[in-house]
Parts: sequence; structure tokens; C-alpha cells
Amino acid sequence: MQTDIIFIGAGVLFALAAIFALVHIMLGPTLLDRMVASDMLVTTLMLAVGAEMVYHRHTNTIVLMVALAATSFLATVMVARHVRKRDSVSLITSEVTKDV
Amino acid sequence: MFDQVLDWLVAVLVLVGGALSLAAGVGLIRFPDVLTRLHSVTKPQVLGLFLVIIAIAIVARSWLVLLAVLPVFIFQALTAPVAAHMVARAAYRVSSREEKEKLFKDELAGPVSKADEEGETKSLE
Repeated sequence: MQTDIIFIGAGVLFALAAIFALVHIMLGPTLLDRMVASDMLVTTLMLAVGAEMVYHRHTNTIVLMVALAATSFLATVMVARHVRKRDSVSLITSEVTKDV
Repeated sequence: MFDQVLDWLVAVLVLVGGALSLAAGVGLIRFPDVLTRLHSVTKPQVLGLFLVIIAIAIVARSWLVLLAVLPVFIFQALTAPVAAHMVARAAYRVSSREEKEKLFKDELAGPVSKADEEGETKSLE
């Protein structure tokens, strides 16, 4: 198809966004940063699944998209509910205080 | 001819969806704290999802498929603000004094400290 090159470009953009989210899950200084990044990773996954449906001209994975859209926020909400002030210190400092 | 135009339209919609997704990723990396990162992540991706959903319906050339994918957008538009609200609320209450001093205007300071004091007196009783 003539439009292949555009879909390849879109795929590269999705991959970069997912890599950024993963990097931020690793680096994020606080638990909430990591939850924001993982939320973004799920949305990127939904977009990529949708783009795949568009490229291959089928509608089989709409169910997956609906399920993800309906349930992905639960994890973020529960973590945000139960986060406490001491959880927000970075892992390194909490290990140091444990040693002391 | 018309089919070709629709094919290009669909490809461009998906590409813009990818660009919005990447914009969210760049904001995630570049912004300094949780509240600003939340701002960059929650908004562009919902629009990107909307564009991809329109693309799916155009490719299938069917109103039934549009009706099937519309719940995806509705669920996302309903639940993304809930998650963002909860994260922002927790982020404000967890943030340290130095982080709060960076805010230009802190309208929550009074009510939140008052609620904290009430909570402490209750737990003492």
C-alpha cells in the first residue's frame, strides 16, 4: 500500500512514547510519578492496538480496547488512595534509613 | 478515488494519534513534578484515542463498528479524569514544604491543613 510509510512512522511514534513511559517508570522519583507513567503506558497500548486494527483492516480487538478503557483507571485510583507521606521518599534514602 | 482519499485520511489520523502519544511521553520526561507531568499525560492521549477510533470506523466503513468503538472513548473520557483527580489530590497532600513553595498560588493550603488538624485531634481522642 502507498500509506505503509505513514503507518511505519506512527508505529515509531508509539514505540518512542512507550519507551519514554517505561524509562519514567524506572526513574520516577515518587510512587505517584510511576503510576502516572504506567497509566500512560496503558493508553499507549490501547492506541497501538487500535492502529494495528486500522492497518490490518479487522475489528477483532475492539473488546480488548473496551476492557482496558473501562478498568485501567482502577489501579491508579487505588494507589493514589493509599499513598502516604513516607512512601514518597525515594528508594535509596529509605534503604539508608533502614541500615541506620 | 474516494477510497484512496479515505485511506490517506485514515493513515494521517493514526499518525496524528501517534504524535499526540509521543507528546505525552516527552512531557512526562521533561516536566519537573507530578502535577505538571499529570497535565501533559492526561490530555493529549484522549484526543489521540478519539482520532484512532474515528480511523477504525472509517476503515470498516460501518456505523455499527462506530457504535462498538464509541464505548472505548466514553469509558476513557469518564475514567481518565477520575484517575487524574485522585493522583493530583494525593500528590498535593504528599508534597513537601519546598515543593509547595514552588506553587504560584496555593488555594488549598488553608482547607487541607485545617482538615489535617481535625484529623489529628480526632485520632488523639
